[in-house]
Amino acid sequence: MGVRESIKRVDAYDKVTGAAKYTADLLPTGALVAKVVRSKIANGRVLRFDLDAAKAVKGVMAIFTCFDVPDIEFATAGHPYVLEKEKGDVYDRKLLNERVRVYGDDIAVVVAVDEVAAARAARLVKAEYEEYAPILSVADALLPDATPLHPSVRPTNLLTHSSYRVGQGTYEEAKTSEPDLVEFEAEYSTQAVQHCHLEPPQSYAYMEGDRITVVSSTQIPHIVRRVCGQALGLPWAKIRIIKPYIGGGFGNKQDVLYEPLNAFLTWKLGGKLVKLEITREETMACTRVRHAIHAKVKALARKDGTLIARKIEAYSDQGGYASHGHSICANTVTLFKQIYHDHLVTEGDGYTVYTNHATGGAMRGYGIPQADFFVESMLEDFARKLGVDPMAMRLANCLPVGYVDPGTGISAYSNGMRECVAKGRALFDWDEKRKRYENQTGDTRRGVGMALFNYKTGVYPISLETANCRMFMNEDGSVSLQMGATEIGQGADTVFTQMAAESVGVSEANVHIVSTQDTDVAPFDLGAYASRQTYVSGMAVKRAGELLRDKVLDFAAFRLKKPAAELDIRADHVVRKSNGNPYVSLADLAVDAQYNRERAERFFAEASIDCHENTISTGVTFAEVEVDIPLGKVTILNILNVHDSGVLINPKLAEGQVHGGMSMGIGYALFEELLYDEKGRPLNDNLLDYKLPTAMDQPDLHAAFVELEDPTGPYGNKALGEPPAISPAPAIRNAVLQATGVAVDSLPLSPQKLVEYFVKAGLIKEVAQHV
Amino acid sequence: MFDIESLYQATGIQDAIRALQADERAMIISGGSDVLIQCREGRLAGCSLVSIHGIPELMGIEQAADGTVTIRAATSFSHIANHEIIRRTVPMLGDAVDQVGGPQIRNIGTIGGNVCNGVTSADSASSLWALNATLELHSASGVRQVPIRDFYTGAGKTVRRRDEVLVALHIQKKDYDGFGGCYLKYGKRNAMEIATLGCAAMVRLTEDRRHVADLRLAYGVAGPTPLRCVNTEDAARGMKTDEALLLHVAAGAVAEVNPRTSWRASKEFRLQLVSELAKRAVRQATLNAGGELDV
Repeated sequence: MGVRESIKRVDAYDKVTGAAKYTADLLPTGALVAKVVRSKIANGRVLRFDLDAAKAVKGVMAIFTCFDVPDIEFATAGHPYVLEKEKGDVYDRKLLNERVRVYGDDIAVVVAVDEVAAARAARLVKAEYEEYAPILSVADALLPDATPLHPSVRPTNLLTHSSYRVGQGTYEEAKTSEPDLVEFEAEYSTQAVQHCHLEPPQSYAYMEGDRITVVSSTQIPHIVRRVCGQALGLPWAKIRIIKPYIGGGFGNKQDVLYEPLNAFLTWKLGGKLVKLEITREETMACTRVRHAIHAKVKALARKDGTLIARKIEAYSDQGGYASHGHSICANTVTLFKQIYHDHLVTEGDGYTVYTNHATGGAMRGYGIPQADFFVESMLEDFARKLGVDPMAMRLANCLPVGYVDPGTGISAYSNGMRECVAKGRALFDWDEKRKRYENQTGDTRRGVGMALFNYKTGVYPISLETANCRMFMNEDGSVSLQMGATEIGQGADTVFTQMAAESVGVSEANVHIVSTQDTDVAPFDLGAYASRQTYVSGMAVKRAGELLRDKVLDFAAFRLKKPAAELDIRADHVVRKSNGNPYVSLADLAVDAQYNRERAERFFAEASIDCHENTISTGVTFAEVEVDIPLGKVTILNILNVHDSGVLINPKLAEGQVHGGMSMGIGYALFEELLYDEKGRPLNDNLLDYKLPTAMDQPDLHAAFVELEDPTGPYGNKALGEPPAISPAPAIRNAVLQATGVAVDSLPLSPQKLVEYFVKAGLIKEVAQHV
Repeated sequence: MFDIESLYQATGIQDAIRALQADERAMIISGGSDVLIQCREGRLAGCSLVSIHGIPELMGIEQAADGTVTIRAATSFSHIANHEIIRRTVPMLGDAVDQVGGPQIRNIGTIGGNVCNGVTSADSASSLWALNATLELHSASGVRQVPIRDFYTGAGKTVRRRDEVLVALHIQKKDYDGFGGCYLKYGKRNAMEIATLGCAAMVRLTEDRRHVADLRLAYGVAGPTPLRCVNTEDAARGMKTDEALLLHVAAGAVAEVNPRTSWRASKEFRLQLVSELAKRAVRQATLNAGGELDV
């Protein structure tokens, strides 16, 4: 009972049997169907439409174009609202856009009686454009004569530039600070990838009176409500968002995608029920992606591997709209200074730049998988250059115990990085394998590699961190639990149930969590993002449980005529605190309290957390690979993640969380990459051509933990949701380096790229040229 | 919801031909694993379909007294992969169709559809080329037998007329008896994959088992249609089964194929695969024929 136990997921049975209801399962009959009409250019302006043919399609009810929507620009990022507008997200898009910035931009929408009619009409909408040259790289976007994509918010395509310098002096000065320093320089880059959550974004909307309800697959119902209100120019509470179970989000649904458009459609159609489902292709091409980032790094070290100074410049491809914007790239450059300590100085510059690629948004790890690839490739390559052991060099320079970020004050209250390395090193048999794989020859070679990471738990102090929890006790002694925090497949409902059980003193069977958030009813929470909910929303559960417990004990003291201080709740009973002997079951006490004619009381508690804390998780990946050199194929023989995530609320769920993240990291390392042609048109916006690894491509995944108690976590816990996806890619890349001697400087390590590297390195003799 | 204007379920081959003739826009749907995707994408939106799914005379595998193996066109990949006759006579073909997509696709997708699609990446195609398969086409004007080398006319194009039904594929005994075969599919993933390159090799050995009596080498995705490396095959006959044979087939294949650069793979990368897979497939085919390789 309570935390630290691997109880079965509270939603396991319903999800396995299909009883669990997702948005599409709840759609009432008779809905109209909406289909977005998408631009066939990446950069330009819609001049006019010819809608005659589309309107003639049988079953078409309405067509709205970019000339019909409110002249309101809004921001879509799932961030807390910021009272000083200029410090918050960038308001740069309308419901439908006349100014096209992405191939497949939303320029019009058809509403029809069914999908077939909507799709037919959408294909027949003719748009005439003024077309501009597509801007398909950060470098092109920053050219002085590049067309500014958002002149109303930025004079050039540079969305944001931020920089820091921590320590003494400058990087340039550090070069001459002592004799015999070795310098290392490199450039690394990462690709755009997509979340590929199983359930595409979908919603349906209708009106009751003058209020709009949107049922949607989202991670952030309360933020969606606010942004719908903003986008339509309505008071926020005129909107009601309902979030049922969702089939994954991974950050894509931490963005307000199509709910405002769906709300607009029902509003314009007199409150009629309208469904808006986004296809897989639209999801991949037109929602959000993980930012492609290019980094230039420099480092100075002593010959023994002691880092003296480092510098990073990171250039993030934002795509057409700001979405989460510079938050991601800022995170990228921040990791660079946190994960390793430089004796003198660390410098970072981050640039986030608009282009005509798909819009970058939140994705599991939020800029840190990119950063970790840069920094852990750099560390490995630098150690090789210095001729020092890369693990020793990591351990000598990595995140100090008691680290406090000088910029934000975020602290590593607990820091198990070194314990993770020690545990993984033994479990993985690292030393023996590293030695065994030295100096191989032949077409098939093996190698091992590793990569560290660290990750902050919530978003404080950069953004607001609040959470609310509500509980009441039913007449049978069970506890109803309402959260604003959302279950998105990660197991939030289960860990909140365990926390409530722990905090009140009841068994999990007697906690009934309301999984659905309805913004008219649910307590306020910012939602599932960062790795925050178990930490921040967990604080709310703990406090609400304590408040509820106090109320129960106060009533028990009245009924039992004993001081409350002598009482406790354990295993669904009020007991004598000193020896645990039961006095009365909660079932008997609660019904008594509710119907007591002398003192009737419904036990009720609500806690509101304004969290002013954050803490850092750490960990490591160890990977062992076999490389088939002539075919450019990498097979992962063994992979292990070791995490320092504080106390595990549910060890089995934690392990599952790690497996899922590792799988994502493997896709990032070897398979996944969004590709565009010279017009900015997506080439592989489907699951055949976008190589999401299948079950047949995944090795057995191994997870281990060091459970250092974090003093700030409600139960000693800290981030785990995103961290597992961070370090697999650089660890795999470093394993390929040991196997072949080839240092790949970009992701993914796809077969063709590897063959090109192997030809260059002389590992493959060039094939006879075809005549 | 698929945008299909009309769907007619044919009751037999003749009924299907009649229905195809009655509606000049109509096209055949069998398993649907290609046609439905194109409906969904809008490419075939509003199509009229004649379904040949579930017609008994289009399903099944048999072996005639002369050893000829007949696979009826609407037989699913999963039926072919593990069928006793296939395992005994042309196991390479069984292995090839066992690598199509995933289990769901293999349960619904048919070998006839795989071939009639006309795509160079079809997993069955290079094996069928190596096996000199003959395709039996029925139409209102009668029956014709088309050797597979005459079937493909270009990328996605075949000699099959719109109102013609592929009924069966035949493989004669001389084309499999005594051969060891190997199909290698190269894709970026190990499942749910379209071939970046497919290579089918067949080797028949001389009595001493040290020399090549016959060798066949076929590719998918090495040109706009599946192809055979006939010059390489001719030159391989009589060669000793050793490293030199592997180097010969690799170099010969590279000279005979015609891959192109696309965003999926560069010509140079495909040529590297052509060369390497030739070696690996011929080596395995030789072993499967009961031979050894002196390397």
